[in-house]
Amino acid sequence: MNIFVCIKQVPDTEATLSVKDGKTINENNIKWIISPYDEYAIEEALKVKEKIPESKVTLITLGPKRCESVLRSGLAMGAENAIHIETEEYIDNKTIARAIAYAIKQEGNYNLIFIGKQAIDDDAFLTHIYIAEYLGIPVATNVTLFKYESEKVFVEREIDGGEKEKIEMTTPCVIGAAKGLNTPRYPSLMGMMKAKKIPIKKLSLQDLEIEEIDNKIIIEKLFAPAEKPQGKIIEGEIENAVKELVRVLKDEVKVL
Amino acid sequence: MANIGVYVELKEDKLKKSNKEAISLAKRSEKDVHVIIFTNNLDQHLDELKGIKNIIQIKDQDLTYQPDYYSDTIANIIKDYDLNDFIGICSAQCKDLFPRVAAKIDASLVNDCIEIDFKNNSITKPVFAGRLLAKYRVENEFKMYTIRPNIFPVQAFGSEGNPEIITKELNKKELKTKIIDIIKSDSKKIDLTEADAIVSGGRGMKEKENFKILEEIAQLLNAGVGASRAAVDAGFATSDMQVGQTGKVVNPKLYIACGISGAIQHFAGMKTSKVIVAINKDSEAPIFKKADYGIVGDLFKIVPLLKKELEKIYT
Repeated sequence: MNIFVCIKQVPDTEATLSVKDGKTINENNIKWIISPYDEYAIEEALKVKEKIPESKVTLITLGPKRCESVLRSGLAMGAENAIHIETEEYIDNKTIARAIAYAIKQEGNYNLIFIGKQAIDDDAFLTHIYIAEYLGIPVATNVTLFKYESEKVFVEREIDGGEKEKIEMTTPCVIGAAKGLNTPRYPSLMGMMKAKKIPIKKLSLQDLEIEEIDNKIIIEKLFAPAEKPQGKIIEGEIENAVKELVRVLKDEVKVL
Repeated sequence: MANIGVYVELKEDKLKKSNKEAISLAKRSEKDVHVIIFTNNLDQHLDELKGIKNIIQIKDQDLTYQPDYYSDTIANIIKDYDLNDFIGICSAQCKDLFPRVAAKIDASLVNDCIEIDFKNNSITKPVFAGRLLAKYRVENEFKMYTIRPNIFPVQAFGSEGNPEIITKELNKKELKTKIIDIIKSDSKKIDLTEADAIVSGGRGMKEKENFKILEEIAQLLNAGVGASRAAVDAGFATSDMQVGQTGKVVNPKLYIACGISGAIQHFAGMKTSKVIVAINKDSEAPIFKKADYGIVGDLFKIVPLLKKELEKIYT
């Protein structure tokens, strides 16, 4: 089995974000992590590898030089290969997906592609489906359960109202990982030592036949939303406070 | 002539609430609105679609959602009817369906829009779980959008007389991603992303059984029941109830947070709620900085009192 996992480097969920030049975030003092949904993707790939020992897990990321850190973390978890498509420029989700799809195809045979259903920076929910469409293979998104049986994949995906869809696909296919799929492992000390020695394959967009960046979605402005004014604590005996709360909700802000 | 299309999403053959928000938005574009609806019983929806001039109905003996069939069908319709702008709801189904269509027809898609300016082709959407907003310009002949529920205002569709109805067959060319079954949720849950009111519990709920008191209030308000990540991780609530950065993004008129301390990741999922109420025994809890109204005290005393007061209004 040839398994690919696409991962993205994002700011830590607790990072304080500020905007630089009106279009990008200020990168000073940011701790970078693997996007949490991509961690579920890595874990699921490693679980498949444990079941089917001759499998090989290859990580792919796209972005500037600093993104190498997420490949090292993923290798430390247990993946054995890593590809870094290096670019310093902003490119839109479609171009990203094209580049990744091309890189996967270039590697030859591929059976399973795991990737988070969204990255927690642009929250686009697009790349995994675009990759599948460009490769012409099936894709399930928001996957919370994965099973592989003789070239068939069975997944469950969460939909609205607490319901789930059961989906069947043939390999190769793309799985968009969601919370609930598994609990990602921590890298072991030995894993970290080993990861340091694994060479990372570097590719440029030109290597992937993307000669000119033709973004159709262009960022114009990045800004902080208006802050809510400080709220009001309703003081006093709780009986009276609750009465006052209900009165305000009903008569003043009219949400009851 | 450029037209605008709206995908009407049905749930058990009923219109989802936010479809009206999408249609109202389309109307404001001043382009010819085409509504696309997958149903064999169009008659029962015509009342709700009154004022729409063009309805494209897709029929088949089996209209169970299959992403390949649906995306092939919509891709053809967008091209055939020059639907240069195409809108849907940012729901689980549209997030699965729309990117497939966008890839097939090389359209540009932005999910979770909270503002769309059709004249300047600019779109605003939350990024970094709502900690920042991004304004994008889209340069593509075909543009697609999914909109966040409960943001765009609903207005009357006007009266354009009887609609022109075009009937099409479902395009069943290829089925690669096959939905074989739907697992229903044991209780009839209100969809949090579309809910008008949500009552949420956190670690302060102490145990699973205690969520009952929230459910009782939710029933009075016709509200959904949500939970913080801490409550889900502790096993008090199921993961589909989780509100926040790694859960659902919700946008109700009223959000009542009970025993939730208010981590930044939770706030990311509910900050756009119109009114946030916090009930927590810790007066230092960050939730009070973000809530519009707060009561400091024991939720197990306050919530029953709240129920009593609400019963006076709702029964």
